[in-house]
Amino acid sequence: MADGTVMIQGAPGSVANSSFRRFARRRSTIAFLMTLPLILVIGGLVAWPAGYAIYLSMLNRRMTQFIGLTNFEILLESDSFRMVIFQSVFFAVTAVILKALIGFWLAHMLHHLPTKGQRKWRGMLLVPWVIPPALSTLGWWWMFDPSYSSINWLLAIFAVPSVPWLGEPWWARISVIIVNVWYGAPFFMIMYLAALKSVPEQLYEAAAIDGATSSQRLRYVTLPMMRNIISITVLFSLIVTFANYDIVRVLTNGGPRDLTHVFASYAFQVGILAGNIPRGAAVSLFMFPILGVIAFFVLRGINRRNREEA
Amino acid sequence: MAEVSLRKIVKAYEGGVQAVKGIDLEIQDHEFVVLVGPSGCGKSTTLRMIAGLEEITAGEIAIGGTVVNDIPPRDRDIAMVFQNYALYPHMSVYENMAFGLTLRKFPKAEIDKRVKEAARILDITPLLERKPKALSGGQRQRVAMGRAIVRDPKVFLFDEPLSNLDAKLRVQMRTEIKKVHQTVRTTTVYVTHDQVEALTLADRVVVMNHGIIEQVGPPQELYHHPATKFVAGFIGSPAMNFIPAQLEEASGGLNIVIAGGMSLPVPPSRVDRYRGHAGKPVLFGIRPEHLTDDKTTDKHHLEPLSLTPEVIEPMGMETLAHFKLEGTEISARLDPSTPAEVGKPLALLAHMGQMHLIDPATDKVI
Amino acid sequence: MSSTSAPQAHPRGIFHKAGSLRAERRWALWSAYISLVVAAVIMLAPPVYMLLTSIKTSAEIADLSGNPWWVRAPTLENYLALINNPMFRGFFWNSVKVTVAVVSISMVISVLAAFALGRMRFWGSQVLATGVFLTYLVPDTLLFIPLYQIVGGLGLLDNAWGLVLVYPTLTVPFCTWIMIGYFASIPKELDEAALIDGANWLQMLTRIFIPVALPGIIAATIFAFTVSWAAFVYPTAFITSPSEMPMTIGVVSQLIRGDTFAWGQLMAGALLAALPPVIVYAFLMDYYIAGLTAGATKG
Repeated sequence: MADGTVMIQGAPGSVANSSFRRFARRRSTIAFLMTLPLILVIGGLVAWPAGYAIYLSMLNRRMTQFIGLTNFEILLESDSFRMVIFQSVFFAVTAVILKALIGFWLAHMLHHLPTKGQRKWRGMLLVPWVIPPALSTLGWWWMFDPSYSSINWLLAIFAVPSVPWLGEPWWARISVIIVNVWYGAPFFMIMYLAALKSVPEQLYEAAAIDGATSSQRLRYVTLPMMRNIISITVLFSLIVTFANYDIVRVLTNGGPRDLTHVFASYAFQVGILAGNIPRGAAVSLFMFPILGVIAFFVLRGINRRNREEA
Repeated sequence: MAEVSLRKIVKAYEGGVQAVKGIDLEIQDHEFVVLVGPSGCGKSTTLRMIAGLEEITAGEIAIGGTVVNDIPPRDRDIAMVFQNYALYPHMSVYENMAFGLTLRKFPKAEIDKRVKEAARILDITPLLERKPKALSGGQRQRVAMGRAIVRDPKVFLFDEPLSNLDAKLRVQMRTEIKKVHQTVRTTTVYVTHDQVEALTLADRVVVMNHGIIEQVGPPQELYHHPATKFVAGFIGSPAMNFIPAQLEEASGGLNIVIAGGMSLPVPPSRVDRYRGHAGKPVLFGIRPEHLTDDKTTDKHHLEPLSLTPEVIEPMGMETLAHFKLEGTEISARLDPSTPAEVGKPLALLAHMGQMHLIDPATDKVI
Repeated sequence: MSSTSAPQAHPRGIFHKAGSLRAERRWALWSAYISLVVAAVIMLAPPVYMLLTSIKTSAEIADLSGNPWWVRAPTLENYLALINNPMFRGFFWNSVKVTVAVVSISMVISVLAAFALGRMRFWGSQVLATGVFLTYLVPDTLLFIPLYQIVGGLGLLDNAWGLVLVYPTLTVPFCTWIMIGYFASIPKELDEAALIDGANWLQMLTRIFIPVALPGIIAATIFAFTVSWAAFVYPTAFITSPSEMPMTIGVVSQLIRGDTFAWGQLMAGALLAALPPVIVYAFLMDYYIAGLTAGATKG
């Protein structure tokens, strides 16, 4: 049979091929032109700046001299930068875990409601995600105000002493996390709710007939079915939280005593405000490997998901 | 209106898998040709190559005498009806049917005339303002056909158009398609995996398997004179019984000796045809409808045999009985009044005039 | 009483488990409602408190004796002061200008690209689609320093048009990504039917894909709008003069002056600035949520 094939493909094949190739080439050209603006945006405004950042980070303060990795060395040796690393990791990890747990809990509770009532609650609970975070943080800032704090006023009703929300480093860290969790948990809720809805009802019915209690159904049906979307959402949120700027900038602006800076706010402080562009670039580049690792896992999760669906 | 010619058509995918392995087919003007075969036999690929949706790896397709290999689908003057109808969900029925004409810049009045005419033929005039969402499966099917009719193309292409419909609608739409073809007389290429659809609709049926054409012919010819074991088994339902046997010479005639000693004489009219295979193993093929208890048909070449049913399936108008003969599953169609019982031997008649012999070495019908 | 009922609780618990599905359901429903009420109170408290503060006079805000969660003498003076403030109106128009430009640019770029990537399959399209997603994962805080240099080099620092140049990095990757998903959900037969009906690529996009994927387009547009309206890092870094500031950064940087904050006006400004996305959300919630979840469920 193999011989026959080769023979058949011989003479007329070449003609058909060339014409089809012309057609394919034409289609490719149109497609390429349609993607060109996208390529320009990605290339010119993301890839090129990312590469440029690496170059910038190796210059001296006046950007006149190439100094290799000196900026990175200086940063790693400075106590305040080590504090930034600690604070960024602590902030991102704690906030994401809390967001995921609260989001999952809320999604689960919403899922219990009759479908008709869900819309209203979902609408209310998503409000924090809708308000631009820089602006809602202003409200929190006001609620955390040392002398006028409305939260402390509420706590005083229950005889809880006033909390120095933004005045004391640990409380300031907690405040930043509270605001971020408040802002981000609704996003998790919406994602998980969508995932919960995608689990076929029959699976639960089958599990119930097999004798699973509600907690066993959660453990053996819901969680495995949602595993992929949970991990994608967590990893994605980890990136966004890690790179957060708005909340820290408005709430503490790095204070008290530069103890609540994260990478982004510190890079801003060093690069833009203090005018040391190369060192600021170096600070933000520290995010790169961490984000790269997370992105790798996100991509793997999505590919796996696609394969499962295919 | 036009004839369609396929000359040595090959479709190979990247990686060397050949879906279609060099087929030749001449379709006459006004003809209704059905490509039928199991899934993966290359029938849909062939249709899509005629439509221009798939590249032709080698060979030539001509529509109305023009080679269309290099011509994009829109310039081939064809219309296609898809399995999932592919109606544009945002357009009304009217707009769906008019779309192809609008793109070709037909005058408004002409479009209106054609759409109304097609809607009248298909009996969907009251639906013209509806969106596809608001239609039933059968109605969507009609709209999809309407979209093809208004274009008045050289060729209609149907890609399994009825397989998304339930059984009852399918029969109804089958008749509808035949009626439409009798009205518009457009050359039609129709793909299906359902042999009943193929037999009922086609002027000529093309049976495909593994990328090649097994046999081309009118429905009756395929049924009575299958060329290969595949066609014999594919056409007709329930499928033909194939029983391994030995062809042996016996006093001027030939006997089919089935393993286990049962012996059936070949009708004298066929002896010459089969003589060359005497002494060799053959496959004895006989359809369930020719293995029966019915004594009213013509009495020629009826051979009695006794078998013990394993399963009885009453179907109302007939009863199917399944037997096991030397490891081979056999079925027979019985009159519903026959008192058949599982495990009780049953007297049957084999209509030897309707039998086939297949050479197991080539799978060709002798 | 509790001590006597405690020992009985156990056997009754078993009956409860085995028998009453309805009781179990009712219990689940109650716990759901309680959790959701608590959550809603917490989620809505900050905006509500902002609203309360914004309708108080400065004197009432400064008065520590009363309940801060109550308004004794509601007033619109803070809002009126802002609306009559030309600088604040300038923020608003800058935001509108930048957002409209960015949303239009982003949608054109991403719809064209998504169609080409999703439907036309050309050399490298798969790589590019992955690249789009990766770009989406690159946060703005990683890029603002080199972009500061680049925008500066183009002479667009402290200029609202500079923001129009850089905001697409925030919007285009995600919009493209979800449009690829929406386009992918359109059955292949639909473009084949259009091809046979005689449509060229552009007609296929404008007459079939855009109308059919309209919910996706709306979702992507909402996303682009929300993101460009709320953008904070880039304007904070690039814009220094109030006349070029969009709302977010204008409210945060210009309404906070010295040590005596005009809290009422600040909250009123923040709420006004947050209003457009909230209105869009209120009217197009389903599209908004579809866009949010599309990245993960369609991707």
